[in-house]
Amino acid sequence: MAADAAALTTPIGEDATAVLAQPSPLASFWAAFRENRGAVFGLAVFGLVVMLALAANVVAPHSPIEQFRDAVRAPPVWEVGGSWRFVLGTDGDGHDMLSRLIFGARVSLFIGLSVMCVSFVIGVTLGLAAAMTGPILDVAITRLMDLILAVPSLVLAVLVVAVLGPSLANTIIAVTIVYLPQYVRLTRASALGELSKDYVTAARVAGVGPFRLAYSTVLPNCLAPLIVQAALGVSSAILEAAGLGFLGLGAQPPTPEWGTMLADSREFIRSDPWIVTLPGLAILVTVLAINLTGDGLRDALDPKMRRG
Amino acid sequence: MLAYFLRRVALTIPTFLALMFLTFVAIRLVPGDPVEVRVGERSMSPERLAYFRHELGLDQPVWKQFLDYVWRLAHGDFGVSLSSQQKVLTEFLTLFPATLELSFFAMLLAIAVGVPAGAFAAVKRGGVYDQALMTISLFGYSMPIFWWGLLLIMFVSVRLGLLPVSGRIDLINYSFDQPTGFMTIDALMSDQQGAFFDALRHLVLPAIVLGTVPLAVIARMTRSSMLEVLNEDYVRTARAKGLAPRRVIGVHALRNALLPVVTVIGLSVSGLMAGAVLTETIFSWPGVGYWLIDSIGRRDYPALQGGVLLISTVVIGVNLIVDLVYGVIDPRIRHGR
Repeated sequence: MAADAAALTTPIGEDATAVLAQPSPLASFWAAFRENRGAVFGLAVFGLVVMLALAANVVAPHSPIEQFRDAVRAPPVWEVGGSWRFVLGTDGDGHDMLSRLIFGARVSLFIGLSVMCVSFVIGVTLGLAAAMTGPILDVAITRLMDLILAVPSLVLAVLVVAVLGPSLANTIIAVTIVYLPQYVRLTRASALGELSKDYVTAARVAGVGPFRLAYSTVLPNCLAPLIVQAALGVSSAILEAAGLGFLGLGAQPPTPEWGTMLADSREFIRSDPWIVTLPGLAILVTVLAINLTGDGLRDALDPKMRRG
Repeated sequence: MLAYFLRRVALTIPTFLALMFLTFVAIRLVPGDPVEVRVGERSMSPERLAYFRHELGLDQPVWKQFLDYVWRLAHGDFGVSLSSQQKVLTEFLTLFPATLELSFFAMLLAIAVGVPAGAFAAVKRGGVYDQALMTISLFGYSMPIFWWGLLLIMFVSVRLGLLPVSGRIDLINYSFDQPTGFMTIDALMSDQQGAFFDALRHLVLPAIVLGTVPLAVIARMTRSSMLEVLNEDYVRTARAKGLAPRRVIGVHALRNALLPVVTVIGLSVSGLMAGAVLTETIFSWPGVGYWLIDSIGRRDYPALQGGVLLISTVVIGVNLIVDLVYGVIDPRIRHGR
């Protein structure tokens, strides 16, 4: 018995007194998140990308849109003819690759985060409305989301951009529309699950108004899957926006968007491989880091979905 | 059963109507004079403008224009492409086999590699192979496929010279009738030496690029579904009665683990079409995705409008078929709501 009690109160490597008191939600979340080494690594890489994006003005050696006419398609430093002036070389217009990649982090994260925030807020609102305001709105919202899901993501985004014209802002609008249904459906499903529970009935009986019932009674209990979705939504949005950029329908040159940088790189496949390789590598690393973090978030927030 | 079929089919009607509405509204939102947008001419004379305005029905009330549009679509009239002067439907149907062939081989690759890889990882759970597979699949679904395609072209085609860079077949050496539109089948029927092999060689890289994301998803899905099944009583029973492990895993476990995987395969049609737009652009693959992007560049709005509508119709159709098949396989879906 004594041994059992000791085992209960002192888990490995933890201070016994900290466990006796109920750990704060954040601390217990972090403890669970930390178990997943890949997720911590992903978060660290993502943090690095965020810092680079924020400090782009200071870190980048050159302006991302300055054209060095004397050094068009200069090779990176490790290749023959490379110099420390342009560490990762220059592209077909004489832009410094390193500076464009650093500023590109700013553009891509801006796209990813703004798409996530806007579709999260609108999606949650529509999802709660569908779940809680009665059948007419429910059917209307659900059908609208079915429609958006029926059109393949990139095809819908392409249609939106073709109509509105290609630009950074319209990329964000297009990708937001594409990813809206995921938040709506998730919110609606989990809200419907919560509505039948006793605490919601209790709140209703106690006279809580509909708005407060939706946002402060029901919503907090639906948040866990939504947070995971939001994290993974950032990486999907970055990929989608880069795809649009690659098709020439995203941010327009000379904006240093990673997908846009790849759009005209095909002609350099034979001669200057770094122009093709580097922007894609930046996309892959960023998306990978976010996905790793997202997987860790899911494991930590939702014990049911923990992988075996 | 019939009631389920009818209900499920009826459910797609509002989606179709909404889809028509979406494409109808989209083309109206294009900046510029609506007549010039649709005729593809700039600065027309007022008489010509008035003529086309009447011809296109743009002088009618908006609700009547929409009903006309729906009426024409219902009769298979998807408009006429501005650049080729061909019917949009005809153009789509000519190009669609190329997309279908590419998607087929991409899915074939994804299933043929993904299912065994995922099942094996589940059996060897926690081992080096399992961890390696999970890492690779994470790369797979984080991959910007347009970049992946460029890398493959760079290394496999340009550096090593192993596979062709673009197109469906070597047009200099081979030419034959294409009754089916599927290059591999037409090449087989043409009895030209090496044509079939050449068509296959052209398919390898695009199929890898388009199949990468589904492959990663299928491998992960098979693994997790297999892990669940391996704990079931009937698997334990099969083991306990002394069946060979290979038989237990291959027949008893895998067959049951595949149901959710089949769902994922059905759901990935939409993703395939989106991926095809990028893949076809990289490899100059003459399918509907390439055509769609091309039509934007040519400001060919009728083609864009019809293309989006037709591609979405394919997706809705496939999802409907998947649902109906499920209703047949699994009575719970048929009776539940």
